[in-house]
Amino acid sequence: MEISQDQKPSASLKRVKIPEGLFLSCEGCKEILLAKDLEKNLGVCPKCGAHHRVSARDRIAFLIDPGTYSEFASNLAPADPLEFKDTQGYKDRLAGARRKTGLADAVCVGEGLLEGVPVVIGALEFGFMGGSMGSVVGEKIARAAERAASRRAPLIVCSASGGARMQEGIFSLMQMAKTAAAVARLHEAGVPYFSVLTDPTFGGVTASFAMLGDVILAEPRALIGFAGPRVIEQTIKKQLPEGFQRAEFLQEHGLVDIVVDRRRLKETLRVLIDHLMPGTVNL
Amino acid sequence: MPPEYLDFERPVAELDRQLEEILAGPPEDREEARFKVAALRAESERVLESIMTGLTPWQRVQIARHPSRPSTLNYLQSIFSDVIELKGDRRFADDQALVCALARIDKQSVAVIGHQKGRTTREKIARNFGMPNPEGYRKSIRTMKLAEKFRLPVVTFIDTPGAYPGLEAEERGQAEAIAASLFEMSRLRVPVIVAVTGEGGSGGALAIGVGDRILMLEHAVYSVISPEGCAAILWKGDPASKVADATAALRMTAGDLLSFGVIDEVLKEPPGGAHRDPDRMAATLKEAIVRHLGELKTASPEDRVEARYQKFRRMGVFKEKKTAVSAPAKPRRKKSRDKD
Repeated sequence: MEISQDQKPSASLKRVKIPEGLFLSCEGCKEILLAKDLEKNLGVCPKCGAHHRVSARDRIAFLIDPGTYSEFASNLAPADPLEFKDTQGYKDRLAGARRKTGLADAVCVGEGLLEGVPVVIGALEFGFMGGSMGSVVGEKIARAAERAASRRAPLIVCSASGGARMQEGIFSLMQMAKTAAAVARLHEAGVPYFSVLTDPTFGGVTASFAMLGDVILAEPRALIGFAGPRVIEQTIKKQLPEGFQRAEFLQEHGLVDIVVDRRRLKETLRVLIDHLMPGTVNL
Repeated sequence: MPPEYLDFERPVAELDRQLEEILAGPPEDREEARFKVAALRAESERVLESIMTGLTPWQRVQIARHPSRPSTLNYLQSIFSDVIELKGDRRFADDQALVCALARIDKQSVAVIGHQKGRTTREKIARNFGMPNPEGYRKSIRTMKLAEKFRLPVVTFIDTPGAYPGLEAEERGQAEAIAASLFEMSRLRVPVIVAVTGEGGSGGALAIGVGDRILMLEHAVYSVISPEGCAAILWKGDPASKVADATAALRMTAGDLLSFGVIDEVLKEPPGGAHRDPDRMAATLKEAIVRHLGELKTASPEDRVEARYQKFRRMGVFKEKKTAVSAPAKPRRKKSRDKD
């Protein structure tokens, strides 16, 4: 599985420090934006529509009605079963990621209301070791799917990940089987699962729960794939075409149902829930 | 097929050559040389044993990838009878990197699915070095569903560097094909036996690896990423010299995986590895498959599916604390700014 933590985002922010407050420069259109304006606009550039990366907690806040969210499995923390060490020990990398994000691992899962409808929601945190899936991410996604099945509440998972986490070796690989199996159970329970692919989603996450949604949504221009673009270029020894592995490319190739603007994601999900579980939404 | 030798196998190459020379000679010389043959054989075994007991993880990877290592097609021939190969995913193409067949083992018809790397240059190209495209996994899913429909057990052989990282593989949904395979295998109602026979490379291996029993040959390897890929990502400056370190760090040998509880049984290989005595390896593998099939057949489909679910559900190592370990979610959206 390819971990591509250093993948270029579809649009990234450059900080421009000016004494009076914080301004940001959108790399999509080079415009200087007020950080506050960008935040109010859910991280979407008001000038060019570029979707900037946002944290897992922010993603959940965009979709869940204020004051209704409660997180579960937040007591799970990563271990170091391989005692993995490269240029840095895994434990040190974890500590760094924890300081940076305030999270114990790369996913948040919880319950809440989406326009009044109870849902189970998960969001991956790309800022935590590239959103990579180790044992904690796999376990929390599996628990979210199981909870959705037992509550008969739709499951929504927003993915952003470089793939499986190398530092947990074979255990990370097995999370692909575990999450896919949990989603299969949800499928058998007849409860809908909406997978939202955001920039970037790769490797073992794409090749397990992320591509198994009953309906698959993606954010505009999000990079999504199995192998990272660099690995593919090295393999085929050709330059990749413009737009390769973008959300729109996937849609064209029949792999994504809806490419949806972040500002319309919540209402799109609400309509989808109403189609698949009529009676749960009061229109 | 002429035997090929890895660097650390060189000490036996000369003994093998002398043996072959005698055995190829006229029968009367052979009779005369029978003491020499016995001595050469004993010496060869002794040398092999000393090589094998001191194998580093990286040397094990090389044995797992040995050019003469028995393949899925070899096992189909040596373990099974009445083999009929099934081809194509009915959607796009036939993928020769993943072989599917109906076959018989111990009077029992089964579906067999396995990676095939190819041995000659021409075969390797035709079989894409054992790296399946999406149509390979879709053929495999089709075969598994066929097996389920007619209540045949499924036996899979894993031996791949990984799923193919190509442009067209992405266009046709490599990730979806693997995900769908994991999804379907987790709920197959028939017994599923998985044997990692060579190289278990990442998601492309696991895609046919969700079984009731996971067996692994002694010198096979199985990991989340290839040692080369791991070294390239984590040791950016000088990856080539760090491949052996990455191999050790990934803990990818059969012994490691057994101690982690990720596999159920390690199958002993003949002295020097499966390629030194393919028939003996096949016999060991056959015995294990037949034994596990016998055990699995007694359970009901519901119990089997439940047990398989729990088997993978339990995999993973993490700490479960008494209280939350993440900073609590703020009731209202707070500003998120990247630190870098």
